[in-house]
Amino acid sequence: MTSLPQSTEKSLGLVIDLDTCVGCHACVISCKEWNTGAYGAPLADVDPYGAQPVGSFLNRVHTFEVKPAEGPAAVTHFPKSCLHCEDAPCVTVCPTGASYKRVEDGIVLVNESDCIGCGLCAWACPYGAREMDPVEKVMKKCTLCVDRIYNENIPEEDRVPSCVRTCPAGARHFGDLSDPDSGVFKLVEERGGFDLMPEQGTKPVNKYLPPRPKQEAAPEMDVLGPLLAESTEGAGGFFGWLDRTLEKL
Amino acid sequence: MHPAPSIILFTALSGLGFGLMVWLGLMPGDKGAWVAATFCILALALASIGLCSSLFHLGHPERAWKALSQWRSSWLSREGVIAIAALASFSLYGLLWVTSGTPNTLVGALSAALALATILCTAMIYTQMKTVPRWHSPLTPILFFAYALTGGALLAGKVTFSLWLLAALGGLQAFTWFKGDKAFAAAGHTMNTATGLNPDAKMRLLEAPHSGPNYLQKEMVFRIGRKHSQKLRIIAITLLAILPLALGLLFEVKHMLAGILVLSHIGGLLVSRWLFFAEAEHVVGLYYGQR
Amino acid sequence: MNNTMTYQPKLDTSPPVADEIRQTTCYMCACRCGINVHLKDGAVKYIEGNRDHPVNKGVLCAKGSAGIMQHLSPARLRAPLLRTGPRGSGEFKEISWDEALDTAASWLAPVRETAPERLAFFTGRDQSQSLTSWWAQQFGTPNYAAHGGFCSVNMAAAGIYTLGGAFWEFGSPDWERTKLFMIFGVAEDHDSNPIKMGLGRLKERGAKIIGVNPVRTGYNAVADEWVGITPGTDGLFIMALIHELLKAGKIDIEYLCRTTNAPVLLDEDGLFARNEDGKELVWDRATNTAQPFDKPGLKPALHGTYEGRTPVFESLANRYLSQDYAPEAVAERCGVPAAQIKRIAAELAHTAFEEEIEIPQPWTDFRGVTHPTTKGRPVSFHAMRGISAHSNGFQTCRALHVLQLLLGSVEVPGGFRFKPPYPKPVSAHPKPHFKTTPGKPLDGPHLGYPRGPEDLGLHEDGTAKRIDKAYTWENPLSAHGMMHMVISNAHAGDPYPIDVLFMYMANMSWNSSMNTKGVMEMLTDKDESGEYKIPKIIYSDAYSSEMVAYADLIFPDTTYLERHDCISLLDRPICEPDAVADAIRWPVVEPHRDVRGFQSALIQLGARLGLPGMTNEDGSATYTDYEDYILNHQRRPGIGPLAGFRGDGTEAGRGAPNPNQIEKYKANGAFWMEHVPEEAQFNKPTNMAYQTWAARLGFYVSDTPEPYLFQLYVEPIRKFQLAAEGKGEMQPPEHLRERLRETMDPLPIWYEPFEQAAIDQSEYPLHALTQRPAAMYHSWGSQNAWLRQIHGVNPLYVSGEVWESNGFEEGDWASLTSHHGTITIPVARMDALNANTVWTWNAIGKRKGAWALDEDAPETTKGFLLNHLIHELLPPKGDGLRWSNSDPVTGQAAWYDLRVKIAKAPPQETTSPKTGQQKSPVGKGPATLEYGKRWT
Ligand SMILES: Nc1nc2c(c(=O)[nH]1)N[C@H]1C(S)=C(S)[C@@H](COP(=O)(O)OP(=O)(O)OC[C@H]3O[C@@H](n4cnc5c(=O)[nH]c(N)nc54)[C@H](O)[C@@H]3O)O[C@H]1N2
Ligand SMILES: Nc1nc2c(c(=O)[nH]1)N[C@H]1C(S)=C(S)[C@@H](COP(=O)(O)OP(=O)(O)OC[C@H]3O[C@@H](n4cnc5c(=O)[nH]c(N)nc54)[C@H](O)[C@@H]3O)O[C@H]1N2
Ligand code: SF4
Ligand code: SF4
Ligand code: SF4
Ligand code: SF4
Ligand code: SF4
Ligand SMILES: [Mo]
Repeated sequence: MTSLPQSTEKSLGLVIDLDTCVGCHACVISCKEWNTGAYGAPLADVDPYGAQPVGSFLNRVHTFEVKPAEGPAAVTHFPKSCLHCEDAPCVTVCPTGASYKRVEDGIVLVNESDCIGCGLCAWACPYGAREMDPVEKVMKKCTLCVDRIYNENIPEEDRVPSCVRTCPAGARHFGDLSDPDSGVFKLVEERGGFDLMPEQGTKPVNKYLPPRPKQEAAPEMDVLGPLLAESTEGAGGFFGWLDRTLEKL
Repeated sequence: MHPAPSIILFTALSGLGFGLMVWLGLMPGDKGAWVAATFCILALALASIGLCSSLFHLGHPERAWKALSQWRSSWLSREGVIAIAALASFSLYGLLWVTSGTPNTLVGALSAALALATILCTAMIYTQMKTVPRWHSPLTPILFFAYALTGGALLAGKVTFSLWLLAALGGLQAFTWFKGDKAFAAAGHTMNTATGLNPDAKMRLLEAPHSGPNYLQKEMVFRIGRKHSQKLRIIAITLLAILPLALGLLFEVKHMLAGILVLSHIGGLLVSRWLFFAEAEHVVGLYYGQR
Repeated sequence: MNNTMTYQPKLDTSPPVADEIRQTTCYMCACRCGINVHLKDGAVKYIEGNRDHPVNKGVLCAKGSAGIMQHLSPARLRAPLLRTGPRGSGEFKEISWDEALDTAASWLAPVRETAPERLAFFTGRDQSQSLTSWWAQQFGTPNYAAHGGFCSVNMAAAGIYTLGGAFWEFGSPDWERTKLFMIFGVAEDHDSNPIKMGLGRLKERGAKIIGVNPVRTGYNAVADEWVGITPGTDGLFIMALIHELLKAGKIDIEYLCRTTNAPVLLDEDGLFARNEDGKELVWDRATNTAQPFDKPGLKPALHGTYEGRTPVFESLANRYLSQDYAPEAVAERCGVPAAQIKRIAAELAHTAFEEEIEIPQPWTDFRGVTHPTTKGRPVSFHAMRGISAHSNGFQTCRALHVLQLLLGSVEVPGGFRFKPPYPKPVSAHPKPHFKTTPGKPLDGPHLGYPRGPEDLGLHEDGTAKRIDKAYTWENPLSAHGMMHMVISNAHAGDPYPIDVLFMYMANMSWNSSMNTKGVMEMLTDKDESGEYKIPKIIYSDAYSSEMVAYADLIFPDTTYLERHDCISLLDRPICEPDAVADAIRWPVVEPHRDVRGFQSALIQLGARLGLPGMTNEDGSATYTDYEDYILNHQRRPGIGPLAGFRGDGTEAGRGAPNPNQIEKYKANGAFWMEHVPEEAQFNKPTNMAYQTWAARLGFYVSDTPEPYLFQLYVEPIRKFQLAAEGKGEMQPPEHLRERLRETMDPLPIWYEPFEQAAIDQSEYPLHALTQRPAAMYHSWGSQNAWLRQIHGVNPLYVSGEVWESNGFEEGDWASLTSHHGTITIPVARMDALNANTVWTWNAIGKRKGAWALDEDAPETTKGFLLNHLIHELLPPKGDGLRWSNSDPVTGQAAWYDLRVKIAKAPPQETTSPKTGQQKSPVGKGPATLEYGKRWT
């Protein structure tokens, strides 16, 4: 049944730090690499060496230019995968029950053997988190690496999503966002984590941490001033200061 | 959204078919068995061709039956279930009518109700999409009803009704366009809300995540030029309402002319349905620098 | 609806992942991260970072994860190839390895017997330069170098001459302690993952990052402050910071006296005053006598004139205190407001001196003085090609090092720290060698660091000994050779013609050359007799690149997962500031093609040629292949390619060859690491614990400690300048005198980039740059099915100002013109960009037919190379000479000096210039790809 569970035991998800993400696409490829050989159908590529290569990916990094009212334009790298929404419209629109949200951890998944490839769930997702596989014609989406995070065949410290494990800058964090003791929960608290398009009412589990304010408009610092007065302009004054300093050594 | 021909045909033809069922079910009039049969078969054919063409849109049509399972939550599922019920009920109605010579009012009413419900479900598939502000409006089901009933009336030969309906539909369509043009902005989605970045900043997409195309861009980020859409709107409204209405008011609607009226309306319907998709902006476009 | 009604399929959340995990070293770029290769059913299923590895500690970049696709690329070469069509056509026949090696030997043997210099052997970004240089030395040609001359020799040489090592992969900021980090001109760098990891750590700790770069992407995008500098002006900017710090007395006098040559006395020629032992003298204020710099207990003077000699520091202070370097004087040229320069200087001063750190680690310096704690200045810097790939790059890199030294932040906690076996002063490096003898090895290593004009590679008549004219008066300190000049010089027969050009892993007919189209023509140009002007070209590549089509004989290499490699302390190791480390690659999967690791092929070719060291007395081969060489070769007794697990398997650094060494590496995650002792971790040049440890591990050829001072003032450079002033036996040619006098300055200076000085700036108002995309490695990436979906095209990004003044609109095309030519390309807008700058991603454009891609692949239709606009020579100055577009000190190619103008162009089908099409010797890739299907 594609109804959403009223509540889930955990809310596993990602916290993505936009202040730290350097836009390297490591998470994109690691995700593709893991998932093309793991849960569900492979992530296929059509025309991979041709004029119009199109493949399915579960995570993509956009780059935005942000021009504030004051100061120069800034650039923000913006990774985006399924946000495992609490009120996931992609689940309720699904006519087959293929899309569902897991009760135990809140992961939104597609049961591919039930998926008819109607595409409706992708329409319903505001975030572009679902892509139809161009060859297998079933809906693909981030699985939160459900076949890694509980996998007893991999070392415990590696039981995190592939994208999280690989991120060189450490911009991706994984955990239970419903647990106030979890690292991700605290990060969200401390750094003012926010939802994407809250006005869609999807209540995403994944959160984003904002870029720290840029400092180009930082106030003028006056560390040099006082000493400048002492050393006075020009070489003579400087060397006078130098002698005094040498004496003190 | 990508105006996929299969989906345009599906919504247009099934709308006409179910619209016709409504008229035939509620106002069968007196028709001889053969005429009744022709009308019923036309209605069933339009509805089924429409439904079948929707299968072409599926990645796995062989599993289409699974789509009937989620009627409790999914409008698409509901549409499937109710459409089948409508088709079944209307087939029975037609069969009884042709065999007995008189339409069964009760089955007729039931069929009409199911047909209306099917049209509602179809419309709701789009209406429920908060992600497409242009669709996410009570106007969508109203418009779908209007199209279905007008087309149905035309096909059913209900001249007077259809003229009124044509006028209403024309107005409604124009109003929907007018409202629709403002819907995205009214919903308040911007690149800033999409990304949660500085609400006061001017934002641009600097680099798309992939230089190549992807499914989302093809499916959701279809874009049509303003001028182009204005032109198509004029063509659509002329064909679907103004021309049929003018002809209907100026001349007596006989076979030949009725045919022209219907064809003109269907032509207009297809253009407007193409626009329904092509002009529907999905919020995901914000992540791709659209808007 | 309640939970019980929710239907959930049963999932196997614990599926088996791999049959086996083999650990090796990534080579999707030169960062050399450790990887865990998951094998399932004999195929590579998944690659992840090795958590224990010193370089990447578990993380992996996009290229690293996409290694699967590179390893399986349809562009992989399959067998040795012999050219059948004309050069450039891509027509080949496959031949056997015996035939290939015999053919190469038949071309090379006569060269060696008659004139070894007629072989030019140049390699790209390989990591076996200790082998290839040794091979070339045994062959006897002076014409060997790797690609450093067009890459980053400015950075490398400035680092060695000043600090004893460069930024780059030879040192790194103290990521765990630094509080203010400035990064100049870096998009990716070789230390790709470590920089990202480091930035992440700084962010976690809330340290401030300042990015100095005309373009605000990547690292500069996450920086807390962006300095959108005008290209080519960093030197001025840095000197203005120095000016401010000096003026305010915010410099570390104690550090300068102790660890740098600030107090060393200069004689009237600007050379160091020395005692009889050759030791530099300083003036001791306590005794009022000149004393050797390393005498304990001195109180050195930093200014004044003593017996006609003045300390280095006085010249330095006088120079940078001048109003020429005041923020107000440079602001406009730099495109950086004076107020911002002042504030950054203040922040540097504040962090370095008010936030000083001290760790309770005693250490003893080479004077015998024991310091009870280790002090640190938590400001650090990193820089790369943005400052080095300019014709004033050497001096700019030097300026940055001087700034670091004035702040006392090199080799201290919180500052910049070297990775062993660096630092190494110039004195611990060889000088360059050039002497050829037919049939015999060269008299010593090719590449080294000249101490003065006497080390230049010049014949009596003043002509160059090397084909690339490295180590001449035109670029005396070209410590990495000048690969970018090889083809044009060989084509011109200047200084002499060659018979065989032998190259390895460098796409020289494409992205690694300036003037690409011109180079393609030189490679195909024939003389009157119909012979190619460059008669024979042997090339090793692993893939069907553009360069493959221009060679006569191809040695097909394996992929990085299929071969042995060693990432050696003799070359470019993988160390960290706290640890010395080296690594291997080994065949984690076997190739099913007729390919051979290039190093193996090279060793086998050496044996066929009877080269010493590769051939036994009886003429048989000393080493069967590279693995054999790695295990058994000794450079000096006990010192071999790998430093770990020597002797009985427990010896580090030196020890007898160990037949189980490679197995030991495999068992240890493909690397070996030994920590630097605690008391040896900082102040390495002057720290005796470090020096002793380093000598013990064999880092110095002398096998003894080599403590030294950082060189604010570089004497060897002064020697060249002095020659230009007319002093000394070796004199430069007249036409170079002026330039040498100006540019060979022993203290950092700034001068206008040469191209800019040569053109009319109002005609070419814009600076044109390239950047490396994080998810692409030069030209290799485009054959990768996953990566090319990310970067399949490369628009030219232009600033908002340029966009608007040209009336550009989305989807527009433009023509971009330099003094050398015009290209027609797609444009895109970018506001977070220096207003006078345009840029594009590097090496995305491809030639039709290369890399097993379709002819209409976007890389060929929309992609382009900026290289067509960059000439290896400067525009004519009217003096009848064509000057090279390089740094006058090191010969570093000045890629980023490029000046252009832009104009709107009508929309095009494809970018231009068009470069023809090559046949693919490997066919084309499949129409769909479902990698992983067998496991799902
Ligand atoms: N415009 C512009 N041009 C530039 C630069 C720039 O910044 N701007 N940068 C310059 C710099 S710094 C550099 S280093 C050069 C880099 O330029 P190149 O060194 O030419 O770089 P690649 O494109 O990586 O080409 C190396 C060749 O090695 C081959 N190869 C890859 N793997 C293997 C292998 O395992 N074995 C063998 N035998 N071959 C292999 C590839 O197929 C390719 O043909 O470009 C230079 N060119
Ligand atoms: N992913 C990836 N990694 C690579 C490579 C690759 O191809 N791909 N190549 C490797 C190689 S061979 C090399 S040499 C290194 C090079 O590593 P980087 O030096 O990081 O390489 P570039 O991309 O040349 O970056 C030069 C940067 O300097 C900026 N710049 C240009 N001119 C100026 C200037 O005058 N002042 C300042 N402040 N900035 C300026 C440019 O905008 C650009 O951001 O990267 C290595 N790592
Ligand atoms: S791997 Fe990390 S830094 Fe790189 S794009 Fe993804 S989130 Fe950003
Ligand atoms: S992000 Fe999209 S696909 Fe994921 S749960 Fe939310 S609505 Fe569904
Ligand atoms: S595409 Fe598949 S998962 Fe999505 S709504 Fe249709 S059936 Fe459900
Ligand atoms: S959690 Fe797993 S599936 Fe989701 S984006 Fe990360 S790697 Fe991909
Ligand atoms: S930085 Fe990336 S490509 Fe380079 S070695 Fe490391 S993982 Fe491989
Ligand atoms: Mo390079």
